[in-house]
Amino acid sequence: MRRSAKDTDESAKKVTRRGLFLGGSMFAVVAVLGARMRHMQIDQADEFRLLAEDNRISIRLIPPARGLINDRNGKPIAGNEQNYRVVISRDDAGNVEDVLNRMSGLLPISPEDFERAMKEARRRSPLPIIVADRLNWQDVSKVAINAPALPGVSPEVGLSRIYPRDTDFAHVVGYVGPVSDSDLAKLDEPDPLLQTPKFQIGKIGVETWMESTLRGKAGNRRVEVNSVGRIMRELGRQEGDAGADIRLTIDADVQNYAQARLGEESAAGVIIDVTNGDIIAISSAPSFDPNMFVRGISYSDYNILTENDHRPLANKSVQGAYPPGSTFKMVTALAALEAGVINANTSVNCPGHYEVGGRKFHCWKRAGHGRVTLERALTESCDVYFYDIALKVGIDAIAEAGRKLGLGVRHDIPMSAITDGLMPDKQWKLERYKKDWVIGDTVNASIGQGFVLTSPLQLAVMTARIASGKAVTPRLIHSINDIATPVEAAPDLAMSAQFLKAVREGMYSVSNSQRGTGYSARIDDKALRMAGKSGTSQVRNISAAERARGVISNANLPWDRRDHALFVGFAPYDAPRYAAAVVVEHGGGGSAVAGPIVRDFLLRAMSDGLPPLSAYPASQRNRIETMHKKLILRDAEGHLPESSRA
Amino acid sequence: MSFLEYRLKTVPTGAAKILHVNWPLVVLLTAIASVGFLMLYSVAGGRLEVWAEPQIKRFILGLGVMFFVGFVPIWFWRNLAGLAYGLSIMLLVAVEFFGSVGMGAQRWIELGPIRLQPSELAKITLVMLLAAYYDWLDIRKTSRPVWVMIPVAIILLPTVLVLGQPDLGTALLLMFGGAVVMFCAGVSWYYFGAVAALLGGAITAVISSRGTDWQLLKDYQYRRIDTFLDPSSDPLGAGYHISQAKIALGSGGWAGRGFMQGTQSRLNFLPEKHTDFIFTTLAEEFGFVGAFSLLILYTLVLAFCISSAIQNKDRFASLVTLGIAATFFFYFAINMLMVMGLAPVVGVPLPLVSYGGSSMLVLMAAFGLIQSAHIHRPR
Repeated sequence: MRRSAKDTDESAKKVTRRGLFLGGSMFAVVAVLGARMRHMQIDQADEFRLLAEDNRISIRLIPPARGLINDRNGKPIAGNEQNYRVVISRDDAGNVEDVLNRMSGLLPISPEDFERAMKEARRRSPLPIIVADRLNWQDVSKVAINAPALPGVSPEVGLSRIYPRDTDFAHVVGYVGPVSDSDLAKLDEPDPLLQTPKFQIGKIGVETWMESTLRGKAGNRRVEVNSVGRIMRELGRQEGDAGADIRLTIDADVQNYAQARLGEESAAGVIIDVTNGDIIAISSAPSFDPNMFVRGISYSDYNILTENDHRPLANKSVQGAYPPGSTFKMVTALAALEAGVINANTSVNCPGHYEVGGRKFHCWKRAGHGRVTLERALTESCDVYFYDIALKVGIDAIAEAGRKLGLGVRHDIPMSAITDGLMPDKQWKLERYKKDWVIGDTVNASIGQGFVLTSPLQLAVMTARIASGKAVTPRLIHSINDIATPVEAAPDLAMSAQFLKAVREGMYSVSNSQRGTGYSARIDDKALRMAGKSGTSQVRNISAAERARGVISNANLPWDRRDHALFVGFAPYDAPRYAAAVVVEHGGGGSAVAGPIVRDFLLRAMSDGLPPLSAYPASQRNRIETMHKKLILRDAEGHLPESSRA
Repeated sequence: MSFLEYRLKTVPTGAAKILHVNWPLVVLLTAIASVGFLMLYSVAGGRLEVWAEPQIKRFILGLGVMFFVGFVPIWFWRNLAGLAYGLSIMLLVAVEFFGSVGMGAQRWIELGPIRLQPSELAKITLVMLLAAYYDWLDIRKTSRPVWVMIPVAIILLPTVLVLGQPDLGTALLLMFGGAVVMFCAGVSWYYFGAVAALLGGAITAVISSRGTDWQLLKDYQYRRIDTFLDPSSDPLGAGYHISQAKIALGSGGWAGRGFMQGTQSRLNFLPEKHTDFIFTTLAEEFGFVGAFSLLILYTLVLAFCISSAIQNKDRFASLVTLGIAATFFFYFAINMLMVMGLAPVVGVPLPLVSYGGSSMLVLMAAFGLIQSAHIHRPR
């Protein structure tokens, strides 16, 4: 419409005023924007820069290679093997389920693994998901070749623990496993390494007791990550320190022999070098394959192990506490000799039983032994002789002698569940049972029954101390990173050499006199001759009524009611080098069952390879040869013979 | 004024128009767009073909559109204003039924190779119609309630349609743009004061009603307001994007981390890094110097537009110029306030810099109108 010039002019002026006002307001806002920029980018720049670095830089730990465990000659017991696994990055995969389905056509992926991977994918963690672990090279190659069809999937290589001599060292070295919440709870300041996925720590045995030595120090790398946590590039890297290598005192081949020799019995045996306490072999049977635990044992496999009445998971050599039976008689004898209540020629009449305090205690030989001195009492294992001298010397002296010899004392070697055993005395009974010690207790203790409990390791230490006259302490770690662990010269046993000699002579007769309980398990080679002592410990009470009916022989009893068979020995008699102790649970008679095993152990320790047949009595050589053929032993590289593999 | 009133002799014709183009404005727009190309190249990780190249092509096309619109006399566009407005309303309605939804709430129509966002178009046609309305209206009636209700209705019609999409950012721009034209046309302060008071009252009511029986919003809506006011209260949820944007911006410091060195954008911590949040990448890589320079470029664009508008004796021309300048201002101001954590995340792109065809072309056409107003101003 037409307007007057005045109107037009006025309206233009108004537009100008309002336009300028508008411009001014805009400029004010721009000033606010500029000020805000200045505030954020200059005043707060350092703060935001830090936040940006926090966003972008992530410290990732590099797990160190775990230290190796070798035997005394450097043969591998626990090592690390390269382990291929396939991981999937949720971010790059798109549809994880699709990719997994395609991948299960290439790899054996169990339904459980599939489910687990899907579950992790739903958790939307930026970390890659492990789809399949412990793959062989072929499987990994298949994945690599098909990479275009498998977005987000990549093979990875890591180290995992392997025990090449699987069952031989299960109880000694133990195994490693993933870090559990209870493992973490035990530590005040857990190594951050423990929280890295798939990290494994020692669970039992040397692996756990030497954990700090074996673990090493983690390295780290500073990496740049994107918003979903994927590594874009490495900014810096600091290598860690690999764990220290450990050399055990054990001879892997002797250990293998010992384990094979115990076979499927529920048994344990220890061989100690009497000169320095080195444990040459420490075996517990039956055993299990620790590699199963590293890989993650299945429920069914685990149930098989726990339901077995021979308890393969129990480390009987240090954990098992058994009444030592007649193998304890040396302790009683030494206590009495040291106290001066008897001498080597003191004789006691054995009518087959012993009456004291209104009770009748029987000798194992119902007809009695007649008059016996110390040597004959040991040789024929006369119980009455030890009842008599024990009552003369008293339990406290016996307990003191026992402790001197290493019984009732914890021997600190890096293995799990080591028992203290039990060396009872008057004080102990009062504290434990609030009852006075009675004569019957002493009588029982004198022949290693009643309260006395010992582990095979303790029995081996006892034998080593009797053989050497020194307070040798057992040692399991030979060296760490080839630096030998110091061995202090063992102090003298504080027992008269003359008394020890008398006891050793008795033990010699056990194995070498025709009347000795261990005569059939003798060593014929004059240079290697063995001295020993048998023991048969009851696991049940024999009532008077049963005794009247006639004691049921072991063969007619159910397995778990039979006596434990024990034997301790050392060789060569003239210059003792090795001591051994063997317990066969519910094995029956110590001399018949455990004796031959101790002999074989000692011969094996003294020879290079299988014991020579010439060391055995001529009449037994055929049988021994057959037994040798049946033993499934490893070759020099630690491999089992082809035929034995399932 | 009708076109008959123009002193045609003084208005340049033919090739002479080229001399009268507002060249400083062209240079400024090109400079701003070039900042955009640089940043799009950077956020694509040094690849031209992803975003930068299409954007350059669009800008060149946009320049063509601008010159074309600019060389057409302004009175032609004024006479077209009603038609243009009607067309954009029709498109807004059509998009409700035939449009495709993407990137949150913006809707577009596929017109052959061109993807048209009617809401973008509406911003300009609304300004055009309002300017034409006030050009037509008797100046003395400007502040009379009846004659105020008409432009309010003109503004509300597209605003409601856009809000229904729902696109809060565009709705706000429409309202602000329209209000600015009304304001410049001389509508009385009282109306603006009343609206401001009403809005203030409403906000107070909403906030003070929280936790009472007559609570006006749902709890989750209040939580969103909380997150907006203090993004750090929910750093991994709704506040994540804004926190990351602020980190990117602040970590730029004085001179920035260097071209293509911005870790926040390169490592994907920034959302929508090539569209709404592109300013944060600029601020991260070129620091305060770069960010502030862009702000100055924008301000200079405003200055040239306003100066062109107040020198223009033609009512339609100056109102259109001011309205478009204001719309442009709201674009970049809301975007910057948003990425600096001073305004909620409403999805407004940074004009000429953010990747996007529709808004670039419409904006260039709008600057074409400003050029036309400038070239054909009465002398």
